[in-house]
Amino acid sequence: MTEANAAAISDERVKQQSGLRKALIRPELGGICGTIIVFSLFLIFAGDSGMFNAQGMMNWSTVSAQFMIIAVGACLLMIAGEFDLSVGSMIGFSGMMIAIFTVTLEWPVWQAILVTFALTVAIGGLNGYIVVRTGLPSFIVTLAFLFILRGFTIYLPQIIERKTIIGGVDRAAEGDWLAALFGGKVLTGFFTWMGEAGIIDVFERGSRAGQPVVEGVPMLIVWAIALVIFGHILLTRTQFGNWIFAAGGDAQAARYVGVPVNRVKILMFMFTAFCATVFATCQVMEFGSAGADRGLLKEFEAIIAVVIGGALLTGGYGSVIGAALGALIFGVVQQGLFFAGVESSLFRVFLGVILLFAVILNTYIRRIITGER
Amino acid sequence: MSSTHAPIIQMKGIEKHFGSVIALAGVSVDIYPGECHCLLGDNGAGKSTFIKTMSGVHKPTKGEILFEDKPMHFADPRDAISAGIATVYQDLAMIPLMSVSRNFFMGNEPVRRIGPLKLFDHDYANRVTMEEMGKMGINLRGPDQAVGTLSGGERQTVAIARAVHFGAKVLILDEPTSALGVRQTANVLATIDKVRKQDIAVVFITHNVRHALAVGDRFTVLNRGKTLGTAQRGQITPEELQDMMAGGQELVALEDSLGGTV
Repeated sequence: MTEANAAAISDERVKQQSGLRKALIRPELGGICGTIIVFSLFLIFAGDSGMFNAQGMMNWSTVSAQFMIIAVGACLLMIAGEFDLSVGSMIGFSGMMIAIFTVTLEWPVWQAILVTFALTVAIGGLNGYIVVRTGLPSFIVTLAFLFILRGFTIYLPQIIERKTIIGGVDRAAEGDWLAALFGGKVLTGFFTWMGEAGIIDVFERGSRAGQPVVEGVPMLIVWAIALVIFGHILLTRTQFGNWIFAAGGDAQAARYVGVPVNRVKILMFMFTAFCATVFATCQVMEFGSAGADRGLLKEFEAIIAVVIGGALLTGGYGSVIGAALGALIFGVVQQGLFFAGVESSLFRVFLGVILLFAVILNTYIRRIITGER
Repeated sequence: MSSTHAPIIQMKGIEKHFGSVIALAGVSVDIYPGECHCLLGDNGAGKSTFIKTMSGVHKPTKGEILFEDKPMHFADPRDAISAGIATVYQDLAMIPLMSVSRNFFMGNEPVRRIGPLKLFDHDYANRVTMEEMGKMGINLRGPDQAVGTLSGGERQTVAIARAVHFGAKVLILDEPTSALGVRQTANVLATIDKVRKQDIAVVFITHNVRHALAVGDRFTVLNRGKTLGTAQRGQITPEELQDMMAGGQELVALEDSLGGTV
């Protein structure tokens, strides 16, 4: 009915919008433009450096996937109107807990992982509970947890093992069903086939001669893609997604129509902690060890990815796809500068410039969409 | 007129204390279906506290609320909403960053099942939103238009349409016209009239006597936490209403010096 009616009762004060403009005006536009620019630049300046062969692509995909995992949590939480500055410390803390449980207490790895998830998600819930009950800004509450969790992450291994890095998780994790879900690789058969068919390079000598240079897709990337799809569907296609927007857009207005705002916010804090723990578990399974300094500054990297992706810092607006693109830009730039042979400290300069441009573009788009003036 | 049928809500001797402050000192009002009941009062008279008691935000310290002749105890606004009491707040009706259809169904999202998944039914939400807005005489560019692009009057109308769509029997409007221009006010008053004709009780809170007299069937004035009685349409002049709101004497002196323009 909408088409016919709209034409019949068209209002002279509602301007017609072209289809192209409508298609372009979306929260992810900044992220899409950024991704195109970044890929074009590196195709030009690092196209022949190996950045875009199988090994190179796996390299920056893995780094981007790391950012994506924590960006999905940060994105949903930011849209719900809150921040979590304890993500980085949570990564360090959960990795350390897994290592202590498996190495010091000699628990089976699956048990260590499950208990760690329960513990960290509970801490995330506590973060959220304190925020909604006290009404304090989440900035302050989670800043406190940034220090509390980091403090424990440094203190615990020192009194237990007298060192700040606990290794040996990889030996304990061999053959563990749950560890494989975080540290394993999938599609190995497909990559072997691609190696045999000559689509990707194979090792030419050494003990692994004949095997493809890329064995398979690490579970880290599978988790990243799964979380992005889950987050995107949750946000845009479910009732709960509407509540996330409502809680961040105007908590009081949402409460008045019966949206359980406190529950939404607490659940989002728990989800952010969950994402941080997924990141940490993948990292621990990959390195076989946990270090007290893991995850440092990750909270800001997550927030930057989310903001590049078009989310509004004050909540109520944003996109998981955008955040994922922000994470992709982040990963490609960080690894691409290495391939392009640029001094790696320039990474920060580049990132700052992209951040600034993306945010200016996003602010402009948002004004068009929402009629802010 | 409407007093022929039974009242839908009876508020009997409602008292509300906040610590040592007595916000409401025994207010009794009956609301009938199909009437526009205007609740008038100056700032601080207790209007907001009174309607928040009616809509389940506050629990009364003393007194009784009968809804369709049964005593009601609302634990939170959700209870009141499911009973059929909807409230539209002045500034908090809508979320500007969200689309009209997302706002329209906020808290009551339509759900479509696909296997084990329960998904937000956007097609249904968009269609219903366009239909309901059309009925209220608002032309949207599209259901995905953000509420921030609507005018204040249009936002109030969306909120009213939403309440009516979700089966409100009592619609409480908290100063819907106080921040609006002349034309937008006229639109909202016309909307109130449409809603009343559907046999829904409208409780219209305002401190503007002219807006109240334009649509009101009955008028209750609150002053300092007490009611000064309910008057029928035609039994009371604007001057009398104005006097009652201001508590009588003070305004007489003011009005003299201003030459009766207040």
